[in-house]
Amino acid sequence: MAFSLLIVRTRSACKMMDEIDKHLLNDFQRGFPLCSRPYLEVANRLGIDEDEVIDRLSRLKDSGHVSRIGAIVKPGSIGASTLAALQVDEDKIEQVAAYINARDDVNHNYLREHDYNMWFVLNTSSKAALDRAVQEIEEATGLQVLVLRMLKDFHLDLGFDLKWHS
Amino acid sequence: MALLEQDYLILEALQGGLPLVAEPYKVIADQLGMEEAFVLERLNDLLDNGTLKRFGVIVRHHELGYRCNGMCVWEIPIERIDEIGHAFSQYDFVTLCYERNKCFPDWPYNLFCMIHAKDRTHVLQHVDQLVRENDLADVKRDILFSTRRFKQRGARYNDCRPADVASLQRAAQ
Repeated sequence: MAFSLLIVRTRSACKMMDEIDKHLLNDFQRGFPLCSRPYLEVANRLGIDEDEVIDRLSRLKDSGHVSRIGAIVKPGSIGASTLAALQVDEDKIEQVAAYINARDDVNHNYLREHDYNMWFVLNTSSKAALDRAVQEIEEATGLQVLVLRMLKDFHLDLGFDLKWHS
Repeated sequence: MALLEQDYLILEALQGGLPLVAEPYKVIADQLGMEEAFVLERLNDLLDNGTLKRFGVIVRHHELGYRCNGMCVWEIPIERIDEIGHAFSQYDFVTLCYERNKCFPDWPYNLFCMIHAKDRTHVLQHVDQLVRENDLADVKRDILFSTRRFKQRGARYNDCRPADVASLQRAAQ
């Protein structure tokens, strides 16, 4: 029941999205205009008004389709970060997740199908702060943190082609 | 690629996203007591020197129907890691591709790529394609499908300015 409701809701959300929304989502993931009136420039490219661009982006942000208009920083160029994982017993998952999610230095946290089932990204100001954070997490959870530091970033990140037509 | 002190402030101000108003860069500049032209120039420079990979609309895959994300991990022989890393990055379904340290005994994998797709079957098809087209049949691999997203937001760069790092380090000593 809950599942079918979810599908209905998703479908109606998709229906509300028209061609212009699709262009807004797909075509401006990089090279967003760096000028005084960026939304006007976007508007001109899409043949609509500046206000409409702002309204649509606000709506797409409210609906969760857009996280934000912002910068993707190359990993390693600011502060120190790492991917980390924990092996959490089934009955402790909620408790450990609540602790990890509440940390300000965690920006992603996913449950995954593996013995190491909780995967998160730690972002701190320095290598020393990162080591301290790992130690804190180990003390708080009583679990050993698997620390998987990035050695090389191969991906250019040109944005994600949403392939509306496939 | 040394960052200016002001760069940290600008990126920090942008963490919540570019304001959705007619002159958003001016809003950021005013907040920081800078000139709008300076903010724009710094963002341009940060893109040019590679500190920023991109600047634009950041979408949420899950909400757009790409509900399945599989973290594919591979134990690539070190002499092939650059070749394979670059090859994987060319596929449009790969949204991240990193070399990471192995961590024995539990973790033999050194290459990570994230695949977003509409469902599990599509992720598996994409992985098959990677194996086939890059001669990886003998390479140990695993796919860690996500079953719950607890938290997802952009990184915060508060306290990352050189002056803050120095003062935090002093405080910790």
